[in-house]
Amino acid sequence: MKKKTMSKNFRSKLITFGIVIAAYLIMQILIGTGNVSSLLKGLLVPLCIYAILAVSLNLTVGILGELSLGHAGFMCVGAFTSAFFSCCVKESGMPPALRFFLAILIGALSAGVFGILIGIPVLRLKGDYLAIVTLAFGEIIKNLVNILYVGRDENGFHVSFTNSLSLNLSDQGQVIINGAQGITGTPSDSNFTVGVLLLLVTLFIVLNLIHSRDGRAIMSIRDNTIAAESVGINVTKYKILAFAVSAALAGVAGVLYAHNLSVLSATSKNFGYNMSIMILVFVVLGGIGSTRGALVASVLLTLLPELLRGLNDYRMLIYAVVLILMMLFNWAPRCIEWREKIMHRIKGRGKETKEADV
Amino acid sequence: MALLEVKDLGISFGGLRAVDDFNLEVEKGCLYGLIGPNGAGKTTVFNLLTGVYKPGEGIIRLDGKDITGHKTIEINQAGIARTFQNIRLFKELSVIDNVKVGLHNHNGYSTLTGILRLPKYYRVERQMEEEAMKLLQVFGLDGEAQTLASNLPYGKQRKLEIARALATKPKLLLLDEPAAGMNPNETQELMDTIRFVRKSFDMTILLIEHDMKLVSGICEKLTVLNFGRVLSQGETGEVLSDPEVIKAYLGE
Repeated sequence: MKKKTMSKNFRSKLITFGIVIAAYLIMQILIGTGNVSSLLKGLLVPLCIYAILAVSLNLTVGILGELSLGHAGFMCVGAFTSAFFSCCVKESGMPPALRFFLAILIGALSAGVFGILIGIPVLRLKGDYLAIVTLAFGEIIKNLVNILYVGRDENGFHVSFTNSLSLNLSDQGQVIINGAQGITGTPSDSNFTVGVLLLLVTLFIVLNLIHSRDGRAIMSIRDNTIAAESVGINVTKYKILAFAVSAALAGVAGVLYAHNLSVLSATSKNFGYNMSIMILVFVVLGGIGSTRGALVASVLLTLLPELLRGLNDYRMLIYAVVLILMMLFNWAPRCIEWREKIMHRIKGRGKETKEADV
Repeated sequence: MALLEVKDLGISFGGLRAVDDFNLEVEKGCLYGLIGPNGAGKTTVFNLLTGVYKPGEGIIRLDGKDITGHKTIEINQAGIARTFQNIRLFKELSVIDNVKVGLHNHNGYSTLTGILRLPKYYRVERQMEEEAMKLLQVFGLDGEAQTLASNLPYGKQRKLEIARALATKPKLLLLDEPAAGMNPNETQELMDTIRFVRKSFDMTILLIEHDMKLVSGICEKLTVLNFGRVLSQGETGEVLSDPEVIKAYLGE
C-alpha cells in the first residue's frame, strides 16, 4: 500500500515535469527549424513568467485556501530588487551567469521577506477581507516603487521620495531607480531556457512542499482550522510559511520579467491588480489546488489572445467564451460528473473484471 | 493525584452564565462521562479544557501542570486531544494523511529537508506511515487508508477522528458525543472500540454522550450538568439513581 502511494505522487510529479520538458523540447525544435513567428518567440519568456506566477499563487489559493489578490505586488518587489542589483554590479565585471543567479536569489529573498512582513498582519483576516487587504498591499507596493528614487555616486547610495534632483548626486553620480520611469538598462539575462529551468525549480519546490509534513499541515488548515489547532498544528506559522514561499516564487517570476526588458517601470498593467486577477484566473480555471491545472491554464490563456490576433476584433470575445467554457468544464456539477464517468470508463475496465472475480 | 483537576471553572457569554462553579477530578485510567440536557454547557466545558475559550475564572491542571488559559496547540502538546460533536475532519486529505497530521509534532523534519527530499525525509515519512497504519488498523480503517476522508461513511468518520486525536499521543482524550447519529449496532461497536483504546493505549477518557446505554455501559464515573452547574457527581450507578438527575435529565 505504501509503495503504491509513493509511486502515485511520484508518477504525477513526473508527468508534470514531463509536460514542461516536452513543451520545451518541441519549442526548441520548432525554433531550430524556423517554424516560430517572432511574435511567438517574444512570448516564450512571458509564458514561463505566467506559469511560475500561477503555480506559486496556487500555493496560497489552492493549498492554503486563502484568497490573495496582491500577487503582482510580490512580483514587483522581486523585479525591482533584482534589477537594482543587476544595474549596480553591471559594470563590476561579474560574470553574467553569476550575476543573474544572485539576482534571482535576491529577488526571491526580498519578495519572501515582504511576504512574511505583509503576511503577519494580513493573515489574521479571512476570505473577502483578506482579498481586499492583499489587493491594497499590492497597489501600495506598486505606488511606492513609482515615487522611489535611488541614485549612486562615490559617496554611496542616495534615496529620495520626491524627485531625482533631491538625491543630491555628485557629477559622476547616476540615478538607478528613477521614480515612475523605473530602471533602465537592466541586462537582458532572461531567455527561454532559463525561464523553463526556473519553472522546473518552482514546480520542484511547490510539489515537494505539498507532499511533505509541512504541506499536510498547510492543507489541514485549509480543510478545518479548528481541528488543525486541536491536533497541535501551529496555524500562524504554516499560514505564513505558505504565503512567504508563494511570494518568494512570485519574486522569481519578477526577476525573469525584469531581465527580459531593458526598461522596467511599475505600471498598472504589469504590477497592478489586473495582473493579480489574471493570475488568479489561471489558478481558478486550472482547477483550484491543481498545480498542473494552473500550469496548463496559464499557458493556454496566455497563448490564446496572441494566436487569435488574426481575428482582430473577435479575439477578446473568443477569449471570454473560452474562459466561460473552462469554468463550466472545471466546476459545473454536471461536467464533473461526466468527467468522472469518462475517467472511470478509461481506468475502471481492468479493475472491474478483477473485482468481479473476487 | 488526579490526571485532570478542574477547580471553580466558569465562563459567561454576555449575560449568559454558560458554566458556573464547575469542579472535576478525573483519575488516571478512568473512563469518565459528562452528561446533561441540551444546552447544559457540556461542549463549553470541552472548549474551556482545550483552550478554544479562555475561562473567566477557575483553574485547570493536567498532571499537576497549570494549563488554564493556554492556547489550543499548547494544550494539545501538554496532552489533551479531542474529537468534535460535528465531525471536523480534513476532508480533502486521505484517511492516512488525516492521521499523519495528528502525528505532526512527534515526527519532525525541517521544511528544507522536505523540499530537498533529504534522506531524513524518507526515514521520517516511512516511520509516520507505519505509525499511522498501526492506528488505522486499531479502528479497522487500514483498508481505506487512501480514501478521501469526506468519502468515508459516517461511522468511520467518527472513528477516524478518534484515531487522529490518538495520533497526537495524548494523556487525556476528550470525546464529544462519539455515538451521535449512530445506530445501535454501530454504538455497540463503538463501545468496544472505546474500551479497547482505553486498555491498549492506557488512556484516560472523558466523554460527552446522550446515549444512556453507552454511558451506563462503559463509564465508571459521571458528572451531570444542568444550566451550567453540576447537578450530581460520582459513581455511575449512584448518579443515575439520583432523584435530581432523573427529574432534570432522565425523566421519571
